[in-house]
Amino acid sequence: MTAARVVITGLGTVGPLGLTVEEMWAGLSTGRCGIARIKAIDPTGFACQIAGEVPPYRVQDHVPKAIRKAVKLMCRDIELAVVAAREAVASSGLVTKGIDPERVNVDPTRVAITLGAGMISCDLAELGPAIAVSTTDGRFDVRKWGKDGLSHITPLWLLKYLPNMLACHIGIIHDIQGPSNTITCAEAAAALAIGEAAQILARGGADIALAGAAEAKVNLMMLVRQELLKRAVTNSNDAPERACRPFDADAAGLVVGEGAGILVLETLDHARARGTKVLGEIAGIGQSHSLHPEYKSLEPDGQGIRVAVEKAMADAGIGPNDLDLIVPHGTGVLHDDLAEARGLDAALGSAIHRIPAWPTKSMMGTAGAAAGALDIIAAVRAMECGIVPPARNFTKPATGCHLNISTQRREGRLRNVLCCSYTPGGQTAAVVLTAVQGDATS
Amino acid sequence: MKTMETQERVVITGMGIVCPLGNDVDAMWAGVLTGRSGAGKTTIFDASTFPTTFDAEVRGYDLRDCLRHPEPHAGCSRGSGFAVGAAVQACRQAGIDVETSQPADGIDRTRLGVYLGAGEGSFDNDAFFGCIVAGWDAERQQIEWPQTARFALANMSATRELEQEPNMAVSHVAVLTGARGPVRSCLTACAASTQAVGEAMMLIRHGGADIVIAGGAHSMIHPLGLAGFNLLTALSRRNDSPETASRPFTASRDGFVIGEGAAILILESLASARKRGIPILAELVGYGSSSDAFRVTDMHEEGRGAVQAMRAALVDAKLTPGDIDYISTHGTSTSENDAIETLAIKTVFQERARQVPASSVKSMMGHLIGAAGAAELITCVLAIRDGIVPATINLHDPDPKLDLDYVPNTPRKMPVNVVMKESFGFGGQNNVVILKRYTEGSR
Repeated sequence: MTAARVVITGLGTVGPLGLTVEEMWAGLSTGRCGIARIKAIDPTGFACQIAGEVPPYRVQDHVPKAIRKAVKLMCRDIELAVVAAREAVASSGLVTKGIDPERVNVDPTRVAITLGAGMISCDLAELGPAIAVSTTDGRFDVRKWGKDGLSHITPLWLLKYLPNMLACHIGIIHDIQGPSNTITCAEAAAALAIGEAAQILARGGADIALAGAAEAKVNLMMLVRQELLKRAVTNSNDAPERACRPFDADAAGLVVGEGAGILVLETLDHARARGTKVLGEIAGIGQSHSLHPEYKSLEPDGQGIRVAVEKAMADAGIGPNDLDLIVPHGTGVLHDDLAEARGLDAALGSAIHRIPAWPTKSMMGTAGAAAGALDIIAAVRAMECGIVPPARNFTKPATGCHLNISTQRREGRLRNVLCCSYTPGGQTAAVVLTAVQGDATS
Repeated sequence: MKTMETQERVVITGMGIVCPLGNDVDAMWAGVLTGRSGAGKTTIFDASTFPTTFDAEVRGYDLRDCLRHPEPHAGCSRGSGFAVGAAVQACRQAGIDVETSQPADGIDRTRLGVYLGAGEGSFDNDAFFGCIVAGWDAERQQIEWPQTARFALANMSATRELEQEPNMAVSHVAVLTGARGPVRSCLTACAASTQAVGEAMMLIRHGGADIVIAGGAHSMIHPLGLAGFNLLTALSRRNDSPETASRPFTASRDGFVIGEGAAILILESLASARKRGIPILAELVGYGSSSDAFRVTDMHEEGRGAVQAMRAALVDAKLTPGDIDYISTHGTSTSENDAIETLAIKTVFQERARQVPASSVKSMMGHLIGAAGAAELITCVLAIRDGIVPATINLHDPDPKLDLDYVPNTPRKMPVNVVMKESFGFGGQNNVVILKRYTEGSR
């Protein structure tokens, strides 16, 4: 069978650096940091009190009037996804029901959506009144919870927190009737979702797909988890902009971020038929797994990364010498950064010294499921502009890291870009993006 | 994407299950053939004051019985534990070595994947509820964050929190089997594991893997999960008769019976299965996925998305409604699902709709949520193998508006060659797969 070529024709994002792709890129390309003291809750109970939070927004402005009451059923993860999806669709030139019901120019049955989502934390404050009436002698009492507590919670409560509701709300807003899936592989989810969406288009399952991920990480339960897992950086509450240092010798942990990144993917034929601008091609997908039996960090030798990168290059039909940029996952957790670097070393050989590597989490933190989508969008913009922005918070490479990271801005044509994603729990993914000749500026 | 040029046939070479009807395939199938219900009073926690006080639980299961080296899975959640046990059974049948860093089965681990529709793990209830109790300021009606954080950090365990992540089931199965191919976890509500099987089939068909361990795992039987379903009034409240509560397609149906479990199918390219000389149980020939794009709370009134998914699966399988011998319905026993699913079947099958047996295994097994589709798919493989269609039990007062052949109360002996499995989920998720008796030669 002849597989369809899959290209990117629209981008949308919200993240710590802004509410649009242009705001994010303006920040990333100048090395600005979106990490600051946590505002969502009072963080004084935590050793790490900083995060990359999304600036204030109004989700109502991104939902058509006719279905605006749906926002009542949106938790923050859903809101972030809805906002980013609107920008992505609008920027692609496609007109869905959510953009303008009078001028729709897509067949809704030929549009797919595949998003990554995290484990959504329910709003503890929302449960407060229900749990307050469910105690005996100051302790939670499940019998009172069943009898009295439930009546203090809104009946549709569960629907706010199902991971597939990100895609479902966007599907309702934009009338997406094709395949819909929600990948729940933590920080690897976005790349896996984008990969799956690309495969759906390549095999003819749809003409257009919205793909990406969203996650709101800056809440109590997520901060508790990062602290219990000893992943969060704890030495930089007074200097948040210097806290996250991927691949740096002084890397001391990750910073939690949040956001959403959504791409409009399209078969090349469909994009050309409607004469739209092509931003890049999804040329290769590679997936594998890291087999550390504690599920808390990568295998030290980075095997899962190596296999994913090798597969992605083979799928794209390229070798290490064809790569002009690596956007590594690099969180600032030293042992994971080193494992990733070793995996890349093994996959790329001596080319690792030549290919510029540009980690982004020093500026945005680790936005959970959305992390990979923010990176892929950043990579598309870098490819479009032909620049590798300066790395932030990188002074001296961690021992054993051979990545070519520079604090200098570099310019030149980027033919192929490799984006890596993994979750310490195991799943790994690599995506090769390729500049499409002749289309990039048409 | 060069690998997408490939086109392979996909077969099933192993199955494993842990579910309310039994903790292996034979026990489950014996339960189905005798028309037994797996429902009973909730025992996992005290649910006696909930509007619904019963469910369908996995009983008598201990993961340690399945493993030689239980350590890597010792702290896993209830759902992940089911997944690992079901995976051990399925891998054994398919000749895939587990629990070893030096497999002798000749399978290239970079070509072995995992794809599950799996849910989040159960909450650490005492610590979770306790931190809200500790931090709730009743006077000001708000959470005091620092107090809550301190309680949580002092009382929660890193492992228990980590194991709640919905990807942990696939992570455990990957570590169990050494899988280095594509590993994905999806969560599309009640349609998740059918979607996982469908996408896993596509991965193999188009060259992404030779073998994928596919299926689902889920347990939402905990105080927060059951609270959510109770609040949605989705559950049957027939507390005086749990065994007869799941009664799809009847006039008196009043909701589903929540179950739990895991079901795993080993999907494999025909070329790989032949090369390994492993017995083939059935062939997967079609997959269709769609979304309703209608409402978060309700299915589309005309079953638009369900119809589209069924038609897409038929087109993918190059089959027509006339080729289908048996429909394994989603059949939840809710007022809405059973009516709309019936309508959708009529729309797709037209005049043949009443002639195709369409039963609901959920009448016996309960609703395994994320794991439901894969568990029911295993009964489809067995229906083909044994020439027996499972019954819809508890069907004594048919809804006069629902007039398909739901195979009431008694399983039916009949030749079964091609089966359609349907799964629909909250938010308008529709997934359908078609499987077929395996025969040599081109399909």
